[in-house]
Amino acid sequence: MPTPKIEYGILAPVLVVLAAAVLAVLVEAFVSRRYRYVVQTTLSFAAIALGLFTVILNKDVSGRFAEGSVAVDGVTIVLQGTILIFALLGLLLIAERGFQSFTAQASTLPGSADEQRALASGLQQTEVFPLTLFAVGGALLFPAANDLITLFVALEVLSLPLYLMAGLSQRRRLLSQEAGLKYFLLGAFSSAFFLFGSAFLYGYAGTTTFDGIKLQITTSPGNDLFLLVGLAMLTVGLLFKVSAAPFHSWTPDVYQGAPTPITAFMAAVTKVAAFGAFLRIFYTTIGGMVWTWRPIIIAISILTMAIGTIIAIAQKDVKRVLAYSAIAHSGFLLTGIVAFNKSGVGATLLYLLTYGFTTLGTFAIVTLVRDAGGEVTDLNRWSGLGKRSPLIAGIFTLFLLALAGIPLTSGFVGKFAIFSAAYESGNISVVIAGVLASAVAAFFYIRIVVLMYFNDPQEDGTSVVIPSPVTAITIGVCAVATLVLGVFPQPVINAVNSLAMFVAG
Amino acid sequence: MSLDNYLYLSALLFTIGAAGVLIRRNAIVVFMCIELMLNASNLAFVTFARMNGSIDGQLFAFFTMVVAACEVVVGLAIIVTIYRSRRSASVDDARLLKL
Repeated sequence: MPTPKIEYGILAPVLVVLAAAVLAVLVEAFVSRRYRYVVQTTLSFAAIALGLFTVILNKDVSGRFAEGSVAVDGVTIVLQGTILIFALLGLLLIAERGFQSFTAQASTLPGSADEQRALASGLQQTEVFPLTLFAVGGALLFPAANDLITLFVALEVLSLPLYLMAGLSQRRRLLSQEAGLKYFLLGAFSSAFFLFGSAFLYGYAGTTTFDGIKLQITTSPGNDLFLLVGLAMLTVGLLFKVSAAPFHSWTPDVYQGAPTPITAFMAAVTKVAAFGAFLRIFYTTIGGMVWTWRPIIIAISILTMAIGTIIAIAQKDVKRVLAYSAIAHSGFLLTGIVAFNKSGVGATLLYLLTYGFTTLGTFAIVTLVRDAGGEVTDLNRWSGLGKRSPLIAGIFTLFLLALAGIPLTSGFVGKFAIFSAAYESGNISVVIAGVLASAVAAFFYIRIVVLMYFNDPQEDGTSVVIPSPVTAITIGVCAVATLVLGVFPQPVINAVNSLAMFVAG
Repeated sequence: MSLDNYLYLSALLFTIGAAGVLIRRNAIVVFMCIELMLNASNLAFVTFARMNGSIDGQLFAFFTMVVAACEVVVGLAIIVTIYRSRRSASVDDARLLKL
């Protein structure tokens, strides 16, 4: 039997990040506590930067590698680049030390003497860095997977660290631990469905590679029951990850309970990775069954938009509003899957890019509004923020307008691209629903803007802290990207569209 | 014996697991039900491997076991932490987060 051929150069982005993650675990074990933070941050940033560099080196690659289990093509390159940029920005927020977002020692009981002692001794844990790197590694592999086994392993490498990271908050620890528990139980439940679906797809096609499944679908209908059961369950697992409607209930709880830097990281990176895998599976592997899956995805897309926008109106916590907004945006992104045409791929990639910058920026600003007890997420206490801190409120307004899809922001460009792709494909219903949902969504974004500018500030100790350089850089980059992609998007649109090609099958 | 019977058994185990997740209230039991679902998938994989005459399914089963072990590590860590801070592992008690 010949030895399997692994193209290390082409898989380098994933390998570099995962190797750094393993190294970071060793750093955690062997480097003294005093130097750990410096070593961990250097290692993490270096790994992400090196990963980004290797992605750029790969930009002309298109093919299947590692014995056909990984597909690297234009779509993978764009997605991996996007994930690494968001990971870099997310890491900047995670590396912020001034806010003490993460618990000193996750094993201590909330409110116990041990916890007090850990806090008093100035312990600041750094375990979050290796966990982040593992999640990034899984996220990089997830959209590139071309095999059910690779897809499953990538999904778990992405998810497992996130379950832990959701429970690491320093303040409101019970809430944070509860978010971790909910995320874990529901995530494991959905990955069991995903796995059972994979088993039936394997039973149908006799192989786990996407190419084999695609071939089986195009050549012979075979045992249709296995195919349909397999696909339905696999889709459930994916819909959970992107927080689409019937499987969205974890999103608000986890977004609210998790430490805000983790929420920012998770909101941007997992959405890109999960939609990347979604695109590859629905456009290439089961593209031959578009008439079967399209009506279902249309229904889910409309339901997701409706639930996201309508429930968001009733929310009183800014992180929950943003979580429901993330659900609504999943609905908008699903219209790109419904489109199932050439422009649908480019539009989805562009939307993910614009959405990630905006959402990272919004959560970065949420970390700045604080009182003595930590972050203030109650929306009523955000009133008058525009008078207290015009600059931060102004940038937050920019992000909210981008989320609402107002012209001259990146959100408009993304929405326009994705809705016109769906319109081109003749699925008018989903476009009408999308535009209506955007109009309703604009209401609750504008409500926050009104609250910040036209209400008087309350004297309850809420203040906007001056961001340290790391947070300031994140907010700055996100704001500039939101503005530039809105005003002058053409170069990016052209670049994304020229790369948005799946490897020929 | 027909191989189909293994698939029926696998589907039955999966359903028992899924029902358990929805019905039971103790986080540990819920987690055990999820493990049952994973093992049902493994049985399906091995049966399909036999049916198709390829070893991919058996290979997948090994990956599932490794991943399930990792999930136990993460899951028990989270559940034990919750239990220690609340003196209860009931998923109904975990309701600080809502509207």
